[in-house]
Amino acid sequence: MKVLLSHPERSVDIKGPKRAKEVLRELNLVQEAHLVIRGDELITEDELLKDDDLVEIRPVISGGSQRLTLHGSRFTS
Amino acid sequence: MNCTKCKTKAVIDLPRHNAAFCTPCFTTYVHEQVAYAIKHQRMFGPDDRILVAVSGGKDSLALWDILLKRGYKADALYVDLGIPGYSAKSRAKVERFADTVAKPHGATLQIHTVQEEEGAGIKELSDLVHRPTCATCGTIKRYQFNKAAVEQDYDVMATGHNLDDEASRLLGNILHWQDEYLDKQSPILPASVEGFAKKVKPLYRLSERELAAYAVLNKIDYIVEECPMAKGSKMLLYKEVLNRLETESPGTKHRFYWGFLEKQTQAQPAATSMAEKDQALLHPCKTCGQPTTGEICSYCKMMARAHLAR
Repeated sequence: MKVLLSHPERSVDIKGPKRAKEVLRELNLVQEAHLVIRGDELITEDELLKDDDLVEIRPVISGGSQRLTLHGSRFTS
Repeated sequence: MNCTKCKTKAVIDLPRHNAAFCTPCFTTYVHEQVAYAIKHQRMFGPDDRILVAVSGGKDSLALWDILLKRGYKADALYVDLGIPGYSAKSRAKVERFADTVAKPHGATLQIHTVQEEEGAGIKELSDLVHRPTCATCGTIKRYQFNKAAVEQDYDVMATGHNLDDEASRLLGNILHWQDEYLDKQSPILPASVEGFAKKVKPLYRLSERELAAYAVLNKIDYIVEECPMAKGSKMLLYKEVLNRLETESPGTKHRFYWGFLEKQTQAQPAATSMAEKDQALLHPCKTCGQPTTGEICSYCKMMARAHLAR
């Protein structure tokens, strides 16, 4: 299957069938920091991915440096 | 895996709640978490005017979306920092959301362009004042969001800070024993002195992964790529560490941050003490009138240095 990754944008081929959580493990990615999207559908970690699936693993972490000031730090997400 | 509530096919599993949800039940879960946060922390009421700080990212657009769908009067402000290759994309996402989602609810978007108002983009300004870009960005955003909320009589300013933001910030403060900042870690900062808008964080009960999932499932088109200025930041490292702990031991992040909030409440009535401290420390900036601890606020000092350096 073709797996699209970000930061930097790239794609890798992974042999299926494999469960989403196994694909994350193979790529050394933490579940809590990623979403797995097949086509345009969000899927759970136990979903079986096949060779002809197009999969996007989307990172969810954002945020710059935190400057700690009197009235809080950063105000936007 | 099936939805814990309605038993249809699930689209997301939430190990920290030992649950999984389909799209409608997950959307309900997210809305309920925000509703609980607003009520429990007494953030605002149904008639209050809210100014949402939006960036084009998943959290702030999800927040604007949720508030509008729950019937709140929520306008938004976007600060265009002029970051090459990034600001134009994030601004386009915000403008598209404003046109397609916010406008039908009667809500408006305001845009503050740093290049036009301050005479230079964020990178040039940070070079001129010899400060890190993220610090310069923080000063400008805090100043402009507060100014807009106060000048336009909004009752409250809302930001998209999520559970990961708050837990990682708490970790950073504790690692460096910056305990003087801990009472500012509340999801609600009162309008303690004249010139300070009340600030709230309605998403503090939701993780980044949950908010990204909400955005995907509700077809909110947000900017996925990271701000190029944030690369290598300490906060990203703290978030990574917490996410490793969370994966091994689900619930770590919310136990850490919510536990802190509970202890803070037990220790002292935070809002009162914070307001008292602010009233003792702050007075109007001699240049612009916004509250500051010194004679001149950090924004005005920074702009004066930038003008001198040109």
